[in-house]
Amino acid sequence: MSTRASTLTGRIMSAPSIIVLFLWMAVPLGMTIYFSFLRYNLLSPGMEEWIGTLNYEFFLTDPAFFASLTNTLLLVGSVLVITVVGGILLGLMLDQPIFGRGILRLLVIAPFFIMPTVNALVWKNLLMDPVSGMFAWIASLFGLPAIDWFTNAPLTSIIIMVSWQWLPFAVLILLTALQSLDRDQKEAAQMDGAGPVAIFFYITLPHLSRAITVVVLIETIFLLTVFAEIFVTTGGGPGLATTNIAFLVYTQALLQFDVGGASAGGIVAVILANIVAIFLIRLIGKNLDK
Amino acid sequence: MGAIRLEKVKKTFGTLDVIPGVDLDINDGEFVVFVGPSGCGKSTLLRLIAGLEDVTDGKILINGTDVANEAPAKRGLSMVFQSYALYPHMTVYNNIAFGLKMAGESKEVIEEKVQSAAKILNLTDYLERRPGALSGGQRQRVAIGRAIVRNPAAFLFDEPLSNLDAALRVNMRLEITGLHQELKTTMIYVTHDQVEAMTMADKIVVLQAGRVEQVGKPMELYNNPTNKFVAGFIGSPKMNFLGGELAKKYDCHEIGIRPEHFAISTEKGEIPATVKIAEHLGAETYLHVEADGLGPMTVRATGEIPLGEHDKIFLTPEQDRIHRFDAQGLALAKS
Repeated sequence: MSTRASTLTGRIMSAPSIIVLFLWMAVPLGMTIYFSFLRYNLLSPGMEEWIGTLNYEFFLTDPAFFASLTNTLLLVGSVLVITVVGGILLGLMLDQPIFGRGILRLLVIAPFFIMPTVNALVWKNLLMDPVSGMFAWIASLFGLPAIDWFTNAPLTSIIIMVSWQWLPFAVLILLTALQSLDRDQKEAAQMDGAGPVAIFFYITLPHLSRAITVVVLIETIFLLTVFAEIFVTTGGGPGLATTNIAFLVYTQALLQFDVGGASAGGIVAVILANIVAIFLIRLIGKNLDK
Repeated sequence: MGAIRLEKVKKTFGTLDVIPGVDLDINDGEFVVFVGPSGCGKSTLLRLIAGLEDVTDGKILINGTDVANEAPAKRGLSMVFQSYALYPHMTVYNNIAFGLKMAGESKEVIEEKVQSAAKILNLTDYLERRPGALSGGQRQRVAIGRAIVRNPAAFLFDEPLSNLDAALRVNMRLEITGLHQELKTTMIYVTHDQVEAMTMADKIVVLQAGRVEQVGKPMELYNNPTNKFVAGFIGSPKMNFLGGELAKKYDCHEIGIRPEHFAISTEKGEIPATVKIAEHLGAETYLHVEADGLGPMTVRATGEIPLGEHDKIFLTPEQDRIHRFDAQGLALAKS
């Protein structure tokens, strides 16, 4: 791409895909923004009218909005901590030459290939069910009362399920990073008198920082929009206990048929996601420059 | 202080005897070079001394104490790795300070020791940089700095120069030799390059297949190799080995003559030969010749000589420089 002619050719050649991608993104976004300024309810078709920022006022002053914002942040934060810490520990274990390592690795990675809906159903019906679930059975073995997970600890239950789903991803990324750690460095640290704990904090963890950054960034993107697990298990309840922003937008649009309000909620979610993204990239994205 | 003694040190990986049993004495302050072809076990032997591999059997005595079962850090040795193994996320300062920090030294002591090591190694201006921003030679020096500050009983070098380019290698060779003269600490240096061994060592240990072939001063090895392997390994270009009628004349299985120990004449001499390739280097000339009835040989002449392809020459070996070997490859007394 050095001459003017080849630069021009390059631009012309890549134009179609760029235009398609742009339209793909811009048209739905534009329509959502447009709808968000309309009174647009599917129950009263043909009565759409311009109402300015009223939808936003209703959405942002709705107590459900703050509840779901808190839930979203709690969900994302907890899952990130659990998957990163758990991922490092599991990664360290799977990096050791232990018996049956190949099969163990496969088992650890497996949850990632299960679709979220199935994952949620398995947890809901087979594991966490207070009557027929395995956890209840285990509790009964010790003479303890069964916990009704989705009633008593709804958000915790969602966090557990989503963490289980995302732990393999963290393990996969962190394990590969661990495997690329130069053996000489560990040996040099050993010669320098560092014990296993010191080697972990001074050598291994700094080496993993870039991989951790990748895990945090990618997981955050997906965790902000967790939906299937909530939809299948708690339906956002009890009350608003497990409603996150994504689920709130869904209830606005498809349970209350308020397209205008849901669009406003969607735009708010986009803005929030961008704030989080900017914050994250500022905070830890500099790790990627090294 | 660092006298190291190996007693019947043995290492096996599974069923493979990497080191069948080595005895070796390294005196305090000596610069010892382990040299041998790839896979001869020299690095393994060094790692055994360092404690990075467990010995299968035998004793490693440092200043009279058996450390064969001690952790690496307890042995009081420092190692410079082939890949330097610097900690990439730490500054040069922290890289050098790491060992002291682990030993629980105070900030002032660390500061003082790091600064003095940096001064010896010309690293003072680079202390705040990370290894990624340094050249190969500088990284090498940081690795050495990391070894120096711990004030070890002995330094271990594992092929430290093999990642550097040729010019830098010559420089670093001199620097390491200079460092040894300054610190007077025992150094064990592993290399496959016999030039490094010859130029740096007080004592060379030639290894082959995990066995010590010969131990001695560089010139001892050059002048009196105990077997054909050492004779061929030490010296560059390689010694010429000649058998047949010529060897019979000297009453042995094979004779060895170094390329530099021939008189070259265009008129008469003991061995007639034809020049195949002549390499003119200015200070010296290497002639790759085909000796009549004896096969290819290499001859080194000082200065320039006007010989080229297809020239007929006559070679006469210096009689007192002929090495004689028996059928097992062991050296016989000079004739």
